[in-house]
Amino acid sequence: MAGKKEYTVPEFRPYPVIPILQEDAMVGDGPFIAKPNHQEDLGFPGELVENWEEKAIEKMGDMLKKYRSLQVYLDSCVKCGACTDKCHYMIGSKDPKNMPVARQDLLRSVYRRYFTFAGKYFPKLVGARDLTRDVLDEWYNYYHQCSQCRRCSVFCPYGIDTAEISMAAREIMAAVGHGQKYCNEIIGKVFKIGNNLGLPEPALRDTLEGLEEDLEDDTGVAVKIPLDVEGADILLVTPSADFFAEPHIDGLMGYAKVFHEAGVSWTVSSYASEAANFGMFIGSYENMRQVSLRIREAAIDLKVKRIVFGECGHAWRVAYSFLNTLAGPFDFLDQNYPIPQHICEFTLDMIKKGELNLDKSQNDDKTVTFHDSCNVARATGMGGYPGGQFDIPREVIKAVCNNYYDMPPETIKDQTYCCGGGGGLLTDDLMDIRIKGALPRMEALKQVVDDYQVDHLAAICAICKSQFTKVLPYYKFDMHMIVSVHQLVSNAIVLEGQEVDDDE
Amino acid sequence: MGITTVIFALLFYIATIILFAGLGYKIYQYATTPAPLKIPTMPAPRTKGGVVVRMLGEVVLFKSLFRSNKWIWLFGYVFHVALLLVTIRHLRYFVEPTWWWIDLAQPFGKYAGFAMLLGLAGLLVRRIAVERIRYISAPSDYLMLVLLLMIGATGLMMSFVTHTDIVQFKAFMLGLMYFDWQPIPTDFVLLAHLSGVILLMVIFPFSKLLHAPGVFFSPTRNQVDNSREQRHIAPWAAELEASRSR
Ligand code: HEM
Ligand code: SF4
Ligand code: SF4
Repeated sequence: MAGKKEYTVPEFRPYPVIPILQEDAMVGDGPFIAKPNHQEDLGFPGELVENWEEKAIEKMGDMLKKYRSLQVYLDSCVKCGACTDKCHYMIGSKDPKNMPVARQDLLRSVYRRYFTFAGKYFPKLVGARDLTRDVLDEWYNYYHQCSQCRRCSVFCPYGIDTAEISMAAREIMAAVGHGQKYCNEIIGKVFKIGNNLGLPEPALRDTLEGLEEDLEDDTGVAVKIPLDVEGADILLVTPSADFFAEPHIDGLMGYAKVFHEAGVSWTVSSYASEAANFGMFIGSYENMRQVSLRIREAAIDLKVKRIVFGECGHAWRVAYSFLNTLAGPFDFLDQNYPIPQHICEFTLDMIKKGELNLDKSQNDDKTVTFHDSCNVARATGMGGYPGGQFDIPREVIKAVCNNYYDMPPETIKDQTYCCGGGGGLLTDDLMDIRIKGALPRMEALKQVVDDYQVDHLAAICAICKSQFTKVLPYYKFDMHMIVSVHQLVSNAIVLEGQEVDDDE
Repeated sequence: MGITTVIFALLFYIATIILFAGLGYKIYQYATTPAPLKIPTMPAPRTKGGVVVRMLGEVVLFKSLFRSNKWIWLFGYVFHVALLLVTIRHLRYFVEPTWWWIDLAQPFGKYAGFAMLLGLAGLLVRRIAVERIRYISAPSDYLMLVLLLMIGATGLMMSFVTHTDIVQFKAFMLGLMYFDWQPIPTDFVLLAHLSGVILLMVIFPFSKLLHAPGVFFSPTRNQVDNSREQRHIAPWAAELEASRSR
């Protein structure tokens, strides 16, 4: 692999000591800046406006009135230091500005200077500073080294959520014309075409037909992946990576098989062919709302009764926690089902009802562990009870797979470590921090690989899957270790009418 | 009546007004600023009652902090519990006759002073010795601890070394409350102690001490996990919907 040498991959720590700080380890220019057209498509100024300092402060003032989280969190931190060793980017990069509280302070110092008595009159005393070009550049760099994973929020005595601060900072930067190319370009594609990839309807139809052929070749059964079918019961909204990226695509085939066996009618929409919602990453309520409304409109147009989301972490956050707010009320859907429902909830339900004929031994060649995606774990639920988001994917895996082991308890469930590529960081221009941020997860994986010979890492997030595919090799793991949960389901399902050859 | 009495009386009035008006304003601000999205840190309680339990766990036991860092928890917890006991003990200067539970707390409050200093010292040592905490500390973070240490130390001195005339001091405090001023004892240790307390009252609403009201308003801790069942919408967000076609 060319280019691999450019990055220094952190060493596994013999035991999990907290690293010694290395100032400015990750200093830099940050990711590519959005081009004028990327910005303007989203309603932001094309480039850094002339009086940006003034505009940024104005925007901050506006957001302080709109977001209690921002107001309370900027005031309340006591600098106790409890969060300082909780961020995977800090652990992997050793840069002190990647300590959650230090990341918050980049913004808090400016908040204090312009909005608090102490910061106005005694700036040195309370660490307040003017908003200068250097500060803006520092914001841009370090607020794009936060995957908004909320691990720090779990451990803060006041639940201070650095993700909220990062989102606010990114929103302020976009609003003065200094947005991030990767996220903004993608959101523009959703507005124009309907998905992050910019895959138009005919291409999508082609792709799905190709997949149907593969499924039929594989199983001998005509499993369909319907597109834009009016009157279907279920609208499946899934990350567009599921349509073509590996290993995502095998997950999509898994959903198709589950729906097929459950005997429900379902459809994908070309208009809302994207579960991902990068509006969240850039902290823009309005952009997030516009993307979400496409799902509402698709559901109305296709006259569906239910909405089910495919495997995607932040998308599930937007779906579970925000969709009702952003695009509700969903009074036109069938109220007997969760709105929206996660594919794992759906599948487990079918497994429990005995609708799926499963042959677990089909996965006997694998020993599996599960990566709790941060957004699913810390920002959503499943199953209607606290902790369902941890149990349900595991129950699904264990129902289709004989060999399962969890990674160490302090690295899973609500303490899970991010894959390193979330929050709008899944772009090649941020490869260095992505590799470094994966360290704690890779260390945890190493443990179960060594202790239990685990050889597959299952996930329910499109970003995690792409990120792991890229970073696993840097840590000397096979990139094919990463699988979709529904790929495991797919392997185990014996479709009605399918011939199985046992001695494969 | 001496000039010292007048100065301290006036300072107490001003500090009280700043403390209550400042805190009142901050609480009003927190309460009226909308939280547009559901962002509880999961797994979160599914009911309001559950949220009360979660919040009590945070306020009474510092549960998240316990999970996070045992040393900070230990020093922080000892300091806060001691502070609470000491504060209760101080109520005897404001109430006559004292309520039974204030009497009950007297001996505990007296020795809690030592625990408070111990906790504060532990926090200060960590702030200086632990590289990561030193990195995030501004001068005000050290000074806050120094101020509390000073208040605590002068207080303990009066309890155990250079006793002041507390009968006269109580008369002064009650006099302030009933606008019938009485002379204040003028020994240096008491005046230093009171100056520290007045300073603390004044900076309270302008400093990180806002964590005390703040914790109750933290959306990640005080929201119910029911976003799928109940629509949650902020007034400013609802306005955006006026332009929605369907
Ligand atoms: C609802 C009441 C309160 C709660 C739940 C609370 C909770 C906490 C927690 C969890 C910490 C972090 C751990 C630590 O460093 O000790 C902390 C720090 C602190 N608290 Fe409180 N607190 C409360 C009230 C107060 C009050 C009334 C004061 C007034 C003096 C105070 C002064 C401090 C100080 C100075 C620190 C920082 C300690 C340091 O510098 O390390 N707290 N508080
Ligand atoms: S949200 Fe995650 S990535 Fe961001 S500072 Fe907190 S722990 Fe680090
Ligand atoms: S744990 Fe919370 S209060 Fe403590 S330093 Fe971090 S953000 Fe601040």
